[in-house]
Amino acid sequence: MGVIENVSRWILGREAPEEELEREHLERLQPKDQLMPTWEEGEEGGKMVLSMGPQHPSTHGVLRLELEMEGERVLKITPDVGYLHTGIEKTFETLRYDQGTALTPRIDYLSPMNNTWCFIMAVEKLLEITPPPRAEYVRVILGELTRINSHLVWLATHALDIGAMSVFLYCFREREMILDIYEMVSGARMMDSYYRAGGLAWDIPPGFIEAVQAILDILPARIDEYESLLTRNPIWMERTQNVGAISAEKALALSATGPALRATGVPWDLRKTMPYSVYEAFDFEIPVGSRGDVYDRYLVRMEEMRQSLRIIEQGIRVIPRGPFRIDNHKIAPPPKEEIYLSMEALIHHFKLWTEGFRVPPGEAYAAIESPRGELGFYVVSDGSAKPCRVHVRGPSFINLQLIGPMSEGGLVADLVAVIASLDPVLGEVDR
Amino acid sequence: MLGEMLRGLGTTFKHIFKKPVTISYPDVKRPVFERFRGRHELKRHPNGLERCIGCSLCSAACPADAIYVVPAENNNEVRFSPGERYAEVYEINMIRCIFCGFCEEACPVDAIVLEHNYEISSYSREAMIYTKEMLLVPPPPGAQDVPQRGFAPPPQFMPSPSSHPNRVEGPPPGGRITTYVAADEETTDYVRANLMDADRDNKIDDEDYR
Ligand code: SF4
Ligand code: SF4
Repeated sequence: MGVIENVSRWILGREAPEEELEREHLERLQPKDQLMPTWEEGEEGGKMVLSMGPQHPSTHGVLRLELEMEGERVLKITPDVGYLHTGIEKTFETLRYDQGTALTPRIDYLSPMNNTWCFIMAVEKLLEITPPPRAEYVRVILGELTRINSHLVWLATHALDIGAMSVFLYCFREREMILDIYEMVSGARMMDSYYRAGGLAWDIPPGFIEAVQAILDILPARIDEYESLLTRNPIWMERTQNVGAISAEKALALSATGPALRATGVPWDLRKTMPYSVYEAFDFEIPVGSRGDVYDRYLVRMEEMRQSLRIIEQGIRVIPRGPFRIDNHKIAPPPKEEIYLSMEALIHHFKLWTEGFRVPPGEAYAAIESPRGELGFYVVSDGSAKPCRVHVRGPSFINLQLIGPMSEGGLVADLVAVIASLDPVLGEVDR
Repeated sequence: MLGEMLRGLGTTFKHIFKKPVTISYPDVKRPVFERFRGRHELKRHPNGLERCIGCSLCSAACPADAIYVVPAENNNEVRFSPGERYAEVYEINMIRCIFCGFCEEACPVDAIVLEHNYEISSYSREAMIYTKEMLLVPPPPGAQDVPQRGFAPPPQFMPSPSSHPNRVEGPPPGGRITTYVAADEETTDYVRANLMDADRDNKIDDEDYR
């Protein structure tokens, strides 16, 4: 804007048209009655409607909660989701199946490898192929590392929300080791795209087993360290015990899954109840709680990390030799070296990267136990190389329903603990 | 209660004597792993010719529609790449790119490679459209830059006397592959047919891309 316009505005008191537009735009975006606390006079004191989020450190992303409060007590919670809507489900329909693996890590960005695994499992069901055992074992090992990775971020932010700063830094330090393994196998720290239909993109690199072993050596002591900071800490117990409790019936009625359900005492874990991949070959236990409060959810997740370490330990000792991807070049591209020597391989390579692979018509649902609960991919194919519809059952979204029953009637400070203990990832809530 | 608190403080206190895990970033750069996917580079043959043959396969594989290729024909006067075609325009929109590495996997001649540079920020959007000049690596020492004129095929690209007429012996280019087979007629036809498709697909998106 030029100086003349500015000066004339001061003198004439006229608003420049852009500014008017901008103000109008802002007003439309943020209706005042929603963002400012409002009062309703009642018999005793009155009710206040307060908007928590979307930009609030304790909402773990862009989640907005409309709270109806009486003093410090929360009477009613209305979650308002959609601020991180990316249209990923729709984007799947425009990309070929092989390109879809570039999208999946972005759904639940704290456990990227699990999403790709689940999507690929649904596609493999449609294609009626099974990946070679080597790929399955590597997937299980990386899947459990992903669970630890996600739980470390949960613990870090949960503790930070309640005021324990050091735990945050320690957890991120250990998470870095897991991200290094992601980078080692896939070339990216988070957005890996490492699983492909019929196996893995590449074989595990040399040094993988040693790097995982290093985690196995360090992490048990570190988990004990976190526990020494929190588990018997009186402030932590005060803030989490009997806070946000929910009964098993209620949790089941709201189709909760994952640690939120297991903390109420229901031993429901897809790795045991509907075993997929090669989990049946592993020896591990499912921790369950009894009260269903924040403290129980904390204990369940801490124990899950230890059980994951057990699975990884068994896994790296028995990774089978053999191919890491199926040998069907209609689905998996041939190795690069081959395309210089064989005409057939070159044609397959070109066909796969220009047209992708066709998937027989039909529909498939695959579900895995992600760190947050049952993550499901429902894929409908019309026989072409692009999915007709992909639906994601995001555990974060469904578990978010528990927020009301858990914290209505409680204090607003406890709500912060409850959100953190549900561990929602907004990328998965909104998709 | 006091005991528990002291125990917690003790854990924190122990860390004072540990080595820091942080890195002073701009001064110390974090080393990356071999497979790290960073800024792209267009590679060259040892004699200075471009590896890229303008086939647009990278563009077809890209889930983010970030690559724009316009191929052109080589002739013996002015030559950019050893094959028939080369990429006249090769651009990557680094804002669209999601660093998935599919272009590298798709490239049949290992021309586009995601290297280890991760410092690709910029002050403007225009500067984030990387042109061929920015992506192409400098010619190896002693080799001539492109376009090469009056081209005589250098020894390593001469057909070898082996039974396979298309086989070319030579040092593994780029250290990745061992043998290079020029395409025969059947493939060329197939590739052409598909390229037209790929080009057509590209056209639709050109306007968004610009
Ligand atoms: S890395 Fe992926 S997004 Fe980026 S240019 Fe290559 S194919 Fe496209
Ligand atoms: S796939 Fe390789 S050769 Fe083909 S246009 Fe892309 S970079 Fe060039």
